[in-house]
Amino acid sequence: MTQPILHVRDLSVALPKGADRPFAVEGVTLEVNPAEILCIVGESGSGKSVLTATLMGAAPRGLRVARGQALMSDEDLLRVSERRWRDIRGKDIGMIFQEPMASLNPALTVAQQIEEVFELHSDLPRAERQRRARALVEEMHLPEPDRILRSYPHQLSGGQCQRVVIAMALAMSPRLLIADEPTTALDVTTQAQVLKLIRELRDHHGHGIIFITHDLGVVADIADRIAVMRQGQIVEIGSAEQVLKSPAHDYTKALIAAVPSLEPHDRPPAPAGASALRVDALNHSYGTKQVLHDIEIDLSPGRVLSIVGESGSGKSTIARNLIRLTDPSSGRVVVAGQEMLALKGGALRKMRRKIQMVFQDPFGSLNPRRKVGPMIARAAMLSGASRAEAIARTKDLLELVGLQRSAYDRRPAAFSGGQRQRIGIARALAMQPDVLIADESVSALDVSVQAQVLDLLADLQSRLSLAVVFITHDLRVAAQISDEIIVLSKGHVVERGPASAVLSAPQHPYTRDLLAAAPGRGVF
Amino acid sequence: MKILLPYLKKPLVVIGVALSGGWLLVAFLAPILAPYDPLETLQPLARPMATGADGQLFVLGTDMLGRDILSRLIWGARTVVIYSTLATLTAYAFGMLFGLIAGYMGGRIDAALSFAANVVLSFPVLVLYIVIIVLIGASPLNIVIAVTFSSAPAIFRIVRGITMDVASRDYVAAAITQGESTWRILLVDILPNTTGPLAVDFCLRLGYTAITIGTLGFLGLGLPPPTPDWGGMVNEGRAMAIAFPHLVIFPCIAISSLTLGLSLLADGLREVNEAKERQA
Repeated sequence: MTQPILHVRDLSVALPKGADRPFAVEGVTLEVNPAEILCIVGESGSGKSVLTATLMGAAPRGLRVARGQALMSDEDLLRVSERRWRDIRGKDIGMIFQEPMASLNPALTVAQQIEEVFELHSDLPRAERQRRARALVEEMHLPEPDRILRSYPHQLSGGQCQRVVIAMALAMSPRLLIADEPTTALDVTTQAQVLKLIRELRDHHGHGIIFITHDLGVVADIADRIAVMRQGQIVEIGSAEQVLKSPAHDYTKALIAAVPSLEPHDRPPAPAGASALRVDALNHSYGTKQVLHDIEIDLSPGRVLSIVGESGSGKSTIARNLIRLTDPSSGRVVVAGQEMLALKGGALRKMRRKIQMVFQDPFGSLNPRRKVGPMIARAAMLSGASRAEAIARTKDLLELVGLQRSAYDRRPAAFSGGQRQRIGIARALAMQPDVLIADESVSALDVSVQAQVLDLLADLQSRLSLAVVFITHDLRVAAQISDEIIVLSKGHVVERGPASAVLSAPQHPYTRDLLAAAPGRGVF
Repeated sequence: MKILLPYLKKPLVVIGVALSGGWLLVAFLAPILAPYDPLETLQPLARPMATGADGQLFVLGTDMLGRDILSRLIWGARTVVIYSTLATLTAYAFGMLFGLIAGYMGGRIDAALSFAANVVLSFPVLVLYIVIIVLIGASPLNIVIAVTFSSAPAIFRIVRGITMDVASRDYVAAAITQGESTWRILLVDILPNTTGPLAVDFCLRLGYTAITIGTLGFLGLGLPPPTPDWGGMVNEGRAMAIAFPHLVIFPCIAISSLTLGLSLLADGLREVNEAKERQA
């Protein structure tokens, strides 16, 4: 039996007085072995980030280690000086963070940043430092290593930056690697490549890796062992096989059940009749750069269309064009028989109620100064309701989206992310629109909350016979909610069709890549 | 009371509140607090704590015209509180109006308004005051106009910046897509979300304006005599300050204690705002 690299025993981290619970992390015991990836999975507020920050000697201000040990070669990491930490970080423990751009210094080239790690922790001569930096970059499968080494971070893509960060973390061959949501900010296809790289590192170098994530799909792809955290405690820990296939704890079961399946539901074909939304030859350019090419959409009432694409594909530009936050360069948008792009001033303001949007960020889409009830009622009044009608409609809507009537007099700060998204949905519905656009409306939510909001949207959509345009980067989410799917790549529609056809028999290579990259295939 | 609690835990804020609140109270209660009529000639150049011929006590002494300095300070507090508040409020009214419009509309409107603001800001502030007062004459109203004209552009720039930030939030996009009118978006969705940093600036600016009114008084461009005015008192006492330092020391203390109080208040507001943001 090999000696574990890190052994954490009964670790508790106390929160300041007045927080919603006494400990951010409570009684955590775990070990990390060589050549092993331990995934710590949990939803927001589970304490997973506090746990790893504490193990890196960087516990957030105001938090205090209450008890426990974190032994690494008989040295207790919780009790070493800040001076000693400077030796340990980079040399014994490597770290990878969520935002690759933010972890690199924008003023230094890649070569300078990697060589700096050697300068800090070794007395290798300059030529040797350069040789090793190059070797690392090659090992990360970065294309054209010489160009990459000369580049500044802003000249690289997010995935390339994250590989440079990994190269820096690995420079001194640390025994332990801590990765905090390292692929969350990346597109799925890039994520798949980085995950493959991390698996290679485990196999070739025998690093012990702690991998923090909220995404069970990623966990299924990468974990050797899994620790499930909830409210600061580890509720279940075991081999990946055991935790995913036969979870013992109810919370783990609920988490696994909430992962949306890639199997689309059977949907009836589109009914004949007038379309709720028609888009013809929509083009959009920023300056000389054309970001949308001849987009066509035809959506009947009561149907859900998902627009799936990675960052930069132009999917959010479509949304902003449809609700006329920005005007396209050319094309036609017809909502409920009315050409939208020709409208101006008061006529436009009147027609706007027909097409409403639910935004991505639940924390940025509600005015923090306004009470929820009046905010929704105002939307109702703008659509032509009288004051009394608007208030009655608001109360009905609050109930419809699953909130208490007492929510009426509260401000957004009193609600969680999922609840705020419900408020956003109620506000959009208060205008009784024909078309609802949901721009990544569930992507900021925890998986269990995401499932609830998706169910709510599907339910409302069928009850109110809404036409919904659902914009997402997540194929699983698209599979759950869509009748039809459009796959968007670099502003071009590369594939379109019924959800079942696109997901089970994709025609375009890009769609196949997307499907192949979806984390957790074969498990969920 | 609950809202005020975090503010009152900081000792500097308490000092700030005490100083600025104290002067506010003095200004309010001037007729009751002042021992004598500030314009009445009693006995020239009495030293502090001197007793007059009729047995009056001059706590802070009298000036060369024989007016009681304590009474003039107390009445002067009223002048400075009224005019600096009024001037700062009007400066804010203009600065916020144009700042909101420029920040939200952008484009040519923003370019034109920003250019105008930059032109005004490129003048040294003191020179600007003097030019304006010399052009339109010294009177209470004109002091308000001069301060408004020279402070509004700075407020404009702050409000414009915050507005551009707030206007990019999704709740503004939501209001647009609901067909809300531009004015209502500005007043309901943007304006209330700019107030945190503005409250800090307001306190600081109130202090600057108090100094400005003092400076104008000192230069002889302030309120026409014999209105009790702190800056004017320093100016009148200047020539005899070596022999009779009490003529200038007390008005100087008055001006600096008020400004200090407002600055401390601003610091405290900023700290509490930042703490609130960290929590959220």
